[in-house]
Amino acid sequence: MRNLPIILALALFATSSLAAAEKPSVQRQGELVNLVRQDCGSCHGLTMKGGLGSSLLPKDLEGKDSETLVEIVLDGLHETPMPPWRAQFAEGEAEWIIEQLKKGLPE
Amino acid sequence: MKGIIKSSFIALIAVAVMSLSGCVTRGTGDLGIIVERASGSLKVIETTGQTELYTVQGLGDLSHASAVYSRDEQFAYIFGRDGGLTKVDVLAGKIVNRVIQGGNSIGGAISQDGRLVAVSNYKPGGVKVFDSKTLELVADIPAIDADGVRSKVIGLVDAPGQKFVFSLYDGGETWIADFSKGNQPKITKFKNIGKLPYDGLITDDGRYYIAGLFGEDGLAKLDLWHPEKGMSRILDGYGKGEKKLPVYKMPHLEGWAKAGDQLFLPAVGRHEVLIVDQRTWKEVGRIPVYGQPVFVVARPDGRQVWVNFAYPLNDTLQVIDVPSQKVIHEFKPGKAILHMEFTPRGEQVWVSVRDADRVDVYDTETFKKLAELEAKKPSGIFLTARAHRTGL
Repeated sequence: MRNLPIILALALFATSSLAAAEKPSVQRQGELVNLVRQDCGSCHGLTMKGGLGSSLLPKDLEGKDSETLVEIVLDGLHETPMPPWRAQFAEGEAEWIIEQLKKGLPE
Repeated sequence: MKGIIKSSFIALIAVAVMSLSGCVTRGTGDLGIIVERASGSLKVIETTGQTELYTVQGLGDLSHASAVYSRDEQFAYIFGRDGGLTKVDVLAGKIVNRVIQGGNSIGGAISQDGRLVAVSNYKPGGVKVFDSKTLELVADIPAIDADGVRSKVIGLVDAPGQKFVFSLYDGGETWIADFSKGNQPKITKFKNIGKLPYDGLITDDGRYYIAGLFGEDGLAKLDLWHPEKGMSRILDGYGKGEKKLPVYKMPHLEGWAKAGDQLFLPAVGRHEVLIVDQRTWKEVGRIPVYGQPVFVVARPDGRQVWVNFAYPLNDTLQVIDVPSQKVIHEFKPGKAILHMEFTPRGEQVWVSVRDADRVDVYDTETFKKLAELEAKKPSGIFLTARAHRTGL
């Protein structure tokens, strides 16, 4: 019984690391937000309102199929400057990015 | 008693006059600005002691912001992503005027006589031209291509004879707007220059305009001394048959490098710098570099060419020795090196290290770090000497 807290902690750890395989870790989330804002921002604007690339604001992504958007992030858009990011982002990370963009990118 | 009062009064006046004159007795030749892209602010700096003089706030969205200078080097005109055109007095460190001229702009230029400031816009696509004194609109040039579609405008530069030259990203055209006869420009259009021109440059003599093409391997060249000859393709198919790498950041052509008769250009989607002989416009060499080049800039004497790179290899700077065409030095100052700017005679280079919130100053001979300045997410660095260079 004395070991219960340790077991509980282990169980918690196991769940959270399982979730991490899907979703980026909190630290990685911070990196991704910075990357999207700063590096994607070179073409899409720091405020995501568009530039050489299209707007990524929630109002402009509304109604667009998330899976397709994730695909565009991972594989790029042919005949446009949008590059494939597959070498940089895991699938779960691309999904998380699209989810955030649809809600509005956190600060 | 009266005498004491009188003399102290005179002394007071003298102090007042001295301090008044203190704020104007300074030249602007060693000044410059650093764009702090995320906070909508600028730092005004001086390169003699490598110090910050002022922070100027309130410039809006400065992602991808650029700047030009008035011919007297007192005012910087800053072009922001939010369509803002801001005129900053660099001597006073203050905004003197600001207009929102479009929805989404990308760059600008100042005319040969300094009277006109032109801004290129993505949305609505076109060029707007302003009086540099008042920022009042002088001319509006919608960029409607041959198919009737409004195009984003890129690669806007000034050219001798009160001209501006720019390209239509979606439309694949280059236009000359000639203001030599007044505020109604004469427009000359060159169609089908190639797919997706992404940036343009003008050689420092103001003769050749070159548009880089994203949609194909090659560049389009216009001889402004002979516009009747039209545009021709150079470096056509420089990467034919080779697989292009994903381009995470568009290269820039502004600040391109010229050393003697050789032009150094970033290759799109390749870890290479291309060398072009300016007499024949043929490729004469390639230099393998660390990543995909973004800025390829020559030290003012043309002896060295400095290169930074696209994400994710943007933590490194390389220095190419021009005579041997070899990389002779490499730095890793920090993540996200966005821009390099040389002092007018080239003894220093200023480097923005975005993710470190820092600007580094290096000696270009010894490669020793001379100074570090704090700056919030620094991007472009623009020194006043640009005032006297065509195309900058």
